[in-house]
Amino acid sequence: MSEHARHRRPVSWRLILSGSWLAIVIICAVFAPYIAPHDPLAQDLLLERLPPFWVSGAEPGYYLGTDGLGRDVLSRIIYGARIALTVAFVAATAACLIGSTMGLVAGYFRGWLDQIVSRIVDIWMSFPPVLFSILLVAVIGTGLHSVIIAITAIDWIRFCRVVRAETLVQTRMDYIDSARAAGFSRLNILVREVFPNALPTIVALLSLEMGIAVIVEAILSFVNLSISTDDPTWGGMIAEGRTIIHFAWWVLVFPLIALFLTVLAFSQFGEGLRDRFDPVLR
Amino acid sequence: MTALRAILTRALMTAITLFGVAVIVFVVIRVAPGDPIAMMLPPGASDDDIAHLRALYGLDKSIVQQFFIWLGNVLQGDFGTSISIRQPVSRIVLNRLPATLELSLLAMTIAVLFGGALAFFATRFRETPAETGVDIINGIALSVPDFLWGLALILLLGVAWPVFEISGRISPSLDPQFSTQFYLLESILRLRLDVTLDLLDHMLMPALALALPLAAVIAQLLKVSLKETMNQDYVMLARTKGFSESHVISHDAFRNALLPTLTLTGIQLTFLIGGTVIIERLFSYEGLGNLAIDAVINRDLPLIQGIVLLFAILFVGINLAVDLLYTVLNPRLRHG
Repeated sequence: MSEHARHRRPVSWRLILSGSWLAIVIICAVFAPYIAPHDPLAQDLLLERLPPFWVSGAEPGYYLGTDGLGRDVLSRIIYGARIALTVAFVAATAACLIGSTMGLVAGYFRGWLDQIVSRIVDIWMSFPPVLFSILLVAVIGTGLHSVIIAITAIDWIRFCRVVRAETLVQTRMDYIDSARAAGFSRLNILVREVFPNALPTIVALLSLEMGIAVIVEAILSFVNLSISTDDPTWGGMIAEGRTIIHFAWWVLVFPLIALFLTVLAFSQFGEGLRDRFDPVLR
Repeated sequence: MTALRAILTRALMTAITLFGVAVIVFVVIRVAPGDPIAMMLPPGASDDDIAHLRALYGLDKSIVQQFFIWLGNVLQGDFGTSISIRQPVSRIVLNRLPATLELSLLAMTIAVLFGGALAFFATRFRETPAETGVDIINGIALSVPDFLWGLALILLLGVAWPVFEISGRISPSLDPQFSTQFYLLESILRLRLDVTLDLLDHMLMPALALALPLAAVIAQLLKVSLKETMNQDYVMLARTKGFSESHVISHDAFRNALLPTLTLTGIQLTFLIGGTVIIERLFSYEGLGNLAIDAVINRDLPLIQGIVLLFAILFVGINLAVDLLYTVLNPRLRHG
């Protein structure tokens, strides 16, 4: 596509929609105490299992109803965004840094380094990731830190595999030979030529991984291995909602929608960014 | 000669991978907090008793010696005894494996049928809004993981419009008294269709949740290869012979578009099986994954070891099979 064609291409709907939703979630997470109508931990047994506002029997002020302990569902979802996004940003960034570095090094230097990295990736690929993360958290103990460590320790290979493959492709291209002939050092070529070309892929994968991290955190909360059960997490709310699904569907539905849209937004945002910045397409 | 060399290299790598898996499983379990001996003995046991029991379980030896003793036992099929169920791990695990395999295969079948149908539809109506529609459905199915599909299905087809059962593998009132744990297969073979229907009633939702992301992958890949194939000479020829567009797609294009899709489907099968862990939990389906989560919660270390190893062997086996299948099926590699 020529430079001309790119200028005509507007920002895609995909980026606008997914970016807007992510912005809403980030604002909710940052300003949770100002936005949330109630204390997410406040229990009131007189207000338990209130339906959302449009259903008869609803109590004013509790827009999305209350859960089995009378806690406000909307406030818990807003506060839940904090934990979801913390895990998403920290774990995905850590996995990205470790995995991309390993992938770049393995793909560029090849030889025994590549052999070792590839064998480690093979071994990691032999475990079901969900079971692996549950096991790791059980071993290192529950809590936010453990969740982040577990996700990083498991998902770095996603970056490693893709970046390694990308680097292998890049290093076979002509421009690398030209750079070498021009006297650039190997490290210089890696940092200045190979890395920028692998960047769109890494960025897309990073956004995708944030969505995956949100899901893994929710799964760990669901099996009660994330942070303490009182703290509002989307996964924890879903786990509770699953048990009272026949009496109070809203306890499950609303956190599920939040999770659904957030995961979808992260992956679409990543794809949108890649389409926009891919040097080949550009 | 080169083919033999390639196979030997692949076998060596598989062996290294399996050894690495064993090391990781052993290490992760060993660093788990809690002294297993302390849990077995009543309070107030003497130091002599503790030392005796440590020796009995080989815990007085060095960690490397312990690893090789453990590995030797595992290679002989001895995975130890479960702490929470008090039965040999191998027996428990093999009892649960068929449930997980049946669920995975059902999901795989659904994914192939769905994905194939979508790809066919998108190719038949390519460059029309119908293709865009399929692309959007694919994009969503692909970005949302099985866990969320499972929850959405429970809400839609389990609660809002209760069509299917939302928990368990088989109705408790129905005791099939089968001789194997492959209930679905055995019920079909024995023509116990009441049991088959009950099983499907329980299995369809979890299988669908597992199948959706994979169906999207298959649809996407198959669509791309089909569209490429549709411009080939022999497809043009078939068209000029007067065959309908649908006939051309299903008879001429499909066959050649299949290989790349098949390979990736094989690789994706491990992701699907990995997904059963949480999906079984969600639907209280009595398979290996659900058992694994129970084992983790109960800190039943021997059982966890056994299940994780079994999954790993399954995954390594599938990857190996995919590689071999690809070599056999790809005409360009066959004479390489």
